[in-house]
Amino acid sequence: MSLLGNITLDAIPYHEPIIMVTLAVIGVIGLAVVGLITKYEKWGVLWHNWLTSVDHKRLGIMYIILALVMLIRGFSDAIMMRTQLAIATNGSEGYLPPEHYDQIFTAHGIIMIIFMAMPFMIGLMNIVLPLQIGARDVAFPFMNNLSFWFTASGAVLINISLGLGEFAKTGWLAYPPLSEMSFSPGVGVDYYIWALQISGIGTLLTGVNFLATVFKMRAPGMKLMQMPIFTWTCTWANILIVASFPILTAVLGLLTLDRYLDFHFFTNDGGGNAMMYINLFWAWGHPEVYILVLPAFGIFSEVISTFTGKRLFGYTSMVWASGAISILGFVVWLHHFFTMGSSADVNAFFGVMTMIIAIPTGVKLFNWLFTMYRGRLRITVPVLWTLGFMVTFSIGGMTGVLLAIPGADYVLHNSLFLVAHFHNTIIGGAVFGYMAGFAFWFPKATGFHLNERLGKYSFWCWQIGFYVAFMPLYVLGFLGMTRRLNHTNNPDWNIWLYVAALGAVIIFAGIILQFVQLYVSIRDREQNPDLDGDPWNGHTLEWSTASPPQFYNFATLPKVHDIDAFTDMKEKGIEYQAPDEYLPIHMPSNTAAGMQVAGAAGIVGFALIWHIWWLAIVGALGIVVAFIARCYANNVDYYVEPQEIAEIEQAHLANVASVKEELV
Amino acid sequence: MSAVPETLKFASDQGLTGDHNGGHDDGHGEHHDTSATTLFGFWLYLMTDCILFASVFATYAVLFMNTDGGVSGKDIFDLNFVAVETGALLISSITYGFALLCAHKQQKAGTLLWLLVTIALGCVFISMEVYEFHHLILEGNGPDRSAFLSSFFALVGMHGLHVTAGLIWMIVMVLEVLKRGLGTQTVTRLGCLSLFWHFLDIVWVCVFTVVYLLGAM
Amino acid sequence: MSHSAEIESHGSVKSYLIGFVLSVVLTAIPFWIVMTGSFSKATTFYSVIALAVVQIVVHLKYFLHLDFSIRGRLNTFAFLFTALIIVMVVGLSIWIIYSANAMMM
Repeated sequence: MSLLGNITLDAIPYHEPIIMVTLAVIGVIGLAVVGLITKYEKWGVLWHNWLTSVDHKRLGIMYIILALVMLIRGFSDAIMMRTQLAIATNGSEGYLPPEHYDQIFTAHGIIMIIFMAMPFMIGLMNIVLPLQIGARDVAFPFMNNLSFWFTASGAVLINISLGLGEFAKTGWLAYPPLSEMSFSPGVGVDYYIWALQISGIGTLLTGVNFLATVFKMRAPGMKLMQMPIFTWTCTWANILIVASFPILTAVLGLLTLDRYLDFHFFTNDGGGNAMMYINLFWAWGHPEVYILVLPAFGIFSEVISTFTGKRLFGYTSMVWASGAISILGFVVWLHHFFTMGSSADVNAFFGVMTMIIAIPTGVKLFNWLFTMYRGRLRITVPVLWTLGFMVTFSIGGMTGVLLAIPGADYVLHNSLFLVAHFHNTIIGGAVFGYMAGFAFWFPKATGFHLNERLGKYSFWCWQIGFYVAFMPLYVLGFLGMTRRLNHTNNPDWNIWLYVAALGAVIIFAGIILQFVQLYVSIRDREQNPDLDGDPWNGHTLEWSTASPPQFYNFATLPKVHDIDAFTDMKEKGIEYQAPDEYLPIHMPSNTAAGMQVAGAAGIVGFALIWHIWWLAIVGALGIVVAFIARCYANNVDYYVEPQEIAEIEQAHLANVASVKEELV
Repeated sequence: MSAVPETLKFASDQGLTGDHNGGHDDGHGEHHDTSATTLFGFWLYLMTDCILFASVFATYAVLFMNTDGGVSGKDIFDLNFVAVETGALLISSITYGFALLCAHKQQKAGTLLWLLVTIALGCVFISMEVYEFHHLILEGNGPDRSAFLSSFFALVGMHGLHVTAGLIWMIVMVLEVLKRGLGTQTVTRLGCLSLFWHFLDIVWVCVFTVVYLLGAM
Repeated sequence: MSHSAEIESHGSVKSYLIGFVLSVVLTAIPFWIVMTGSFSKATTFYSVIALAVVQIVVHLKYFLHLDFSIRGRLNTFAFLFTALIIVMVVGLSIWIIYSANAMMM
């Protein structure tokens, strides 16, 4: 046993040209970024204003940056798979050998769900939720920072697997017994376990944090049934996080014991039962998809009601429909494994429950339609994403109801029909929602607008590309093609595989356009500022702040009397009133403790993956020491003086006045 | 384990003002609200811990018959031994309760005394559990023997790890009380630990019922 | 602090003692039932489970001070929701796997 555990030179995949080129590109980009930061002397800014920040708005932006970076990685995996399958037809092998291809589809799934969609959702929630409820920050700002770094630690681990060792070759679910030591002796599954486990703990803490925030820190007067709809859907999502992520923690822990200490939970021998893993995994996995999609539903609701200039139709039914989805989300998970062959009663129960869950979702769709009815919809980028969602998600939902029939599922299970279905719901539901939210709140978070034209181009590429890429997969599923195939030899399938690859290219264009849009918008930020902080004539409190919002959010806490609190203020003509005097505001100080604790956790994960026991112990001690040090730190808070607040507020009010003058 | 309580400080300076009861301006000042938010946050964390345990309980319920030709619960459980363990933990619950009552009355010596008694009882519990595990492993009935033993060790061991974490936390709190006295923050932390400690007692009720009593039946 | 002690329910020596005595009784009975083995299997099973549930409620009330007061009900609802999830997840898991096992017989 050496100091470096199981790490040897062979762990570096230098014989894989694709990986080596990727690593080289990452290295060059990384060096360029480091060079630029050094050149413009931004290290201090980066450290003090961002990495150690406990400000929910900045953490939100960092989450979204993480999500966009991981989107690039996850999409690279996707387009490699699609090109491989377009090339490897008629018995040819393509350019990706099976052991590499298997890692790619596993990484694609984990990255897109855990490190792209989740950070994107949590990032938007971070930026918006405290503002919407009129709070100065979340309940536990330090813990918020810690959560981000746990997520980032997990992301770092999964990226290290690219250049050191391998990633899991098991599919993103890591079903045993394949993921057990006897069939996956490499480090791939261990990377999977620790990346997921560490980021999962971060997500769990986020759930706790935001629930405490919503229940304990709402602005004066805001009743629970007056919270903005996005806050509500996020709250349901957080309830689901708190209720379901511990199951993931447990099941990964049990798999860890199997792999590291020769336990027999899910092994073939010793009386283990692999089905219990599948069962518990989906008891987390199904609520997880609602965690992803519910906040997106909230975003669509905000977008529709803002851009029609109307109140949301059926607010109360929206809240309770989300609640019904959340509860029902816990009694449908078996539909992911009808084919495991439980009794007919079991399959029938879960099939029926799955179909029932379509009802509250339908309620929502009708609510959006009724909100638009007789409204004047302004066709902006967020609205385009929303309309695209309503069509696309409906199709995805209907194929889901089809799969909910156990008999049909026996035919379609593990086929490309399933792959098409869940991409249809997750891209068409969750991702479109995040894109809408990104465009909607971008001016709020940054203080300037996104380029509208490029945004529309990007949307159309995504929308068209999506259909071109995934409709063929439905067909292929019916033709009998199963998922996770490395190469095929069936002439009937070829044309559909070619079309799907073309679709992926169109989506690729959409992603590129989004980055071009970001670049252009940042370059032209002086020309298109959001001066008064209310670019869309918004309904809720986040639009009453400056853009970007003051670091303390609200100089005086707003008094809330209505669901659309800001609209209510505008109608009463009290939207931008300065108080007689400002009081000092108690704020949390920045801290590096989150980085230390989560960094140590990442080290523990790395050490355990490679069986470097001494380092694991050092890392674990590091977690405890950094944590206790944080508990007894003295400089955890400070007060903002009234004079500083007055200056900031007056500048904002002057901006608002200048915009009003222009309008007159 | 003690993830939540130390993040306090800033928590809800602005208070409970949104609650239905219109709790703001009720003159309790910011510290009370801060500790209320912290205790609520910690309670939510405990709820997640409940579900964590529930998942492992479910696994135990599914696997406990899979002895793979090895021992079953009936062969290895000694209920007299478990009764003593249970007694130690149960008494530690009430002694911790007394510690917290003293803390709320600002009685430093009493708080410390009861904390130390609780630590002692917790150590008795943990030592007995370690003895039991050691004994089982020596006889070839370790967790690698069968799925039943895997799930037994995981479930009981996870509770034991929680108790150990609680003990470490309690030792840290003893030092904190010694050094800083019983300020608001310290009492809030003791309140969180109280929730944690009593929660572990509830989990143990489930463990001795499901694992030991039903297993030895 | 005495101020806030009045507002939040921290319990009292008396309530802790009541909870403790009840817990001792509720622990002793099931141990006695199982150790003497004087009842049928089914009776033993259900009474042991029922006593555990009662004891959990006792702990929640006397040690964790859960109640339905305005200040305390949020915690209580959080617990009740968690209990619901646990019943669903554990109950359905056992149903699923036991049914699957039965098909393998």
